[in-house]
Amino acid sequence: MSAWKPKHQRLVLVALALVALVGAGLLAAYALRNQASYFYLPEQMLSDPPAVGQAVRLGGMVEKGSLQTAPDGVTLTFAVTGNDGSRVPVRFSGIAPDLFIEGSGVVAEGRLGPDGTFVADTLLAKHDENYVPRELQEMDEHQAAKMAEETTVGIE
Amino acid sequence: MIAELGLAALWLAAALAAMQMAAGFMTLRVAGPTELAKLIRPAAMVQGVLVTLSFAALVWLFAVTDLSVKLVAANSHSMKPLVFKLSGTWGNHEGSMLLWVMVMGLAGALIAAFERRLPERTMNATLAAQGVVSLGFYAFLLLSSNPFERLPVPAAEGMGLNPLLQDIGLAFHPPTLYLGYVGLSVAFSFAVGALLTRQVTPDFARAMRPWVLGAWVLLTVGITAGSYWAYYELGWGGWWFWDPVENASLMPWLAATALLHSVSVLASRDALRTWTIMLGVVAFSMSMVGTFLVRSGILTSVHAFAVDPERGTFILGLLGLFIGGALLLFALRASTISEGERFAVASREGALVFNNVMLSAILAIVLLGTLYPLLTEAFDVRVSVGPPYFNPVGAIFAVPMLLVMAVGPLLRWRQDRPERIGREAALFAALVLAALLLFGLLADVALLPLLGLALGLGLAIASLMPLRGRKLTRTPLATWGMVVAHFGIAVALLGMASESAFSVERLAAVGEGDSTTVGPWTVVLQAVEPVAGPNWTALQGRMAVSYDGGTPITVAPQARNFWAPPQQTTESALVTRWNGQLYAVIGDRAPDGRWQLRLWWKPFVPLIWMGGLLVALGGVLALFGRLLTDIRNRRLAARIAERRADREALA
Repeated sequence: MSAWKPKHQRLVLVALALVALVGAGLLAAYALRNQASYFYLPEQMLSDPPAVGQAVRLGGMVEKGSLQTAPDGVTLTFAVTGNDGSRVPVRFSGIAPDLFIEGSGVVAEGRLGPDGTFVADTLLAKHDENYVPRELQEMDEHQAAKMAEETTVGIE
Repeated sequence: MIAELGLAALWLAAALAAMQMAAGFMTLRVAGPTELAKLIRPAAMVQGVLVTLSFAALVWLFAVTDLSVKLVAANSHSMKPLVFKLSGTWGNHEGSMLLWVMVMGLAGALIAAFERRLPERTMNATLAAQGVVSLGFYAFLLLSSNPFERLPVPAAEGMGLNPLLQDIGLAFHPPTLYLGYVGLSVAFSFAVGALLTRQVTPDFARAMRPWVLGAWVLLTVGITAGSYWAYYELGWGGWWFWDPVENASLMPWLAATALLHSVSVLASRDALRTWTIMLGVVAFSMSMVGTFLVRSGILTSVHAFAVDPERGTFILGLLGLFIGGALLLFALRASTISEGERFAVASREGALVFNNVMLSAILAIVLLGTLYPLLTEAFDVRVSVGPPYFNPVGAIFAVPMLLVMAVGPLLRWRQDRPERIGREAALFAALVLAALLLFGLLADVALLPLLGLALGLGLAIASLMPLRGRKLTRTPLATWGMVVAHFGIAVALLGMASESAFSVERLAAVGEGDSTTVGPWTVVLQAVEPVAGPNWTALQGRMAVSYDGGTPITVAPQARNFWAPPQQTTESALVTRWNGQLYAVIGDRAPDGRWQLRLWWKPFVPLIWMGGLLVALGGVLALFGRLLTDIRNRRLAARIAERRADREALA
């Protein structure tokens, strides 16, 4: 195998890099359309539900008085409510995050089950350095729902 | 008083950066040495001293908890342990930006004081470029995030620091990453300097290489430490989440890895000139993108401290200015840089080019995956992109890269016959195939972990092959560095694959005195008791854990409550054995009085971080090897010059 001509070599290198990068870009665009997990509010999940088993995220407020622990001690059931009173039941097995309490905002990662219950693999609650609890306590439910929406923008 | 001194030092340093920039560009137009040019190096050195003083002032304010300073009041607390008071200096937006400019100032001072290989014009252009970059960051600090701002009335008590960040990991994680980012800014300045004066030579590559190596080592350490921090502190049992903030540190690392290899080709073979310059620009762009993502508050995650659009816009402006300017310069000048040395496809350069291209493709994939959610959010569609995207799509390019990485170091420079390394390649292929068959048939392993295990095993052996037939004591340090770093990649790969293939998880509600099992471990929850620390109280689950019926060890995971600011964290307990790690977390109390326990047995998981440290060690060895050679060459040159002077004096 002989060395390439100088002019030729630079062209080949540029072409190779371009092909790889464009290929990576196309592949990424294709995969992103299929693999990105979409974010739903409870009202969206009721009006336009995702396919059963598709990985999505659900964000809203944990309804007061809905949180229950199953007899096995590790399965939680609760309802997530949206701005207009819509509610989605959620089941989660695991240790809930530190800031997960009734009336707080939550994002559940998981999939919708065939019975309409959202089965969560992970619960995310907001951690923030500038966390101000008093304001959260004084907030009414509607404001809190709005805040939950804001805090979930771009989360993980 | 201290705060005002710190601020004054910062303004003076900014003024010196402006002078460094102006003088540097003005001397570029003049052919010979000028009076003005003599100012540039001292300006860079004094700037380094001033900005260090400024940072020291801020550290002092945090150490004594001066609550009349806004930043201290907002981020510290008088009851906090001293080490976290100190690390709190850079655990916030303003302080971390000051740390950034301090490191940049010190780096500028270092090149100004010691770098003598390059032509003086290129040096001046490099320092001028460094001045432009520093000035941008000084402006950012002084105009939009002044760390020394006073409160009209001193606060009674500080607000405290996020407990998640009150960890010894934080004391090292962000500074190491920042040092790495800044090292890449120096590489960028060298690239711009070389472009401005059209001096893209092996000498330029040799001057740039230690900075790239150093930056790369620090990024490697930073990413490894960050991953371990997330693993034990967040209590989710994962070591990499493809969180945008993690990606922000991975992208500069990928670019720096590519740059590191191409700068070596340029230094020893005088090939890949424009490619190296381009990568220099890309690597720093990725640090800037990373800084923008983390600092602008555009992402909401554990790391995103600042939620302030003004700052985001400022960084975006800087990003556009630096990168746009550099790319424009590149477009104008690239065609005037003459072609470097030629090489064949089957040569070490060929293999390095292939891996460079693959690294760039992976970089593109990570970048697109990170930016995609931001893009769709503009159209009001919220998505998140996680492992289902990054893992398989990244692997499409990572697998060929790892294959070439196994045989590339065995090839000769310039031109080689592939048959010459036939035996080594066959051994590698046989190892990989054997491992594929073995794990594929015996264990039920998913495709990606299976590939990881097989490639990891093959690569671990292949990475040692460049040492074959060499006298180990006479092998250059830089070669050792390469071998150790490549071996580290194999080790980390084995750890990742093993973690994902063989982890066992157990989630159970356990009463006090009861037991449960996970993998080969038996766990007895002996008691749950309250404990207290300097600024927290906790519930601690005391457990006796025994491996395969062996002697029990006591561990105590905690659920901590901090009171400034009020927040809970999960402190996991880890038991490390040679063949893996037990990971235990205690959760809430179930209504019937049992406690939630989450346990994982993760075989060989520590290999991930050991591999990362080995990679960094390889970088350190290479860096030392290069620096020692450099010092030896300088001494030699000095002695030759001395002899010549003697001889002339005699004549």
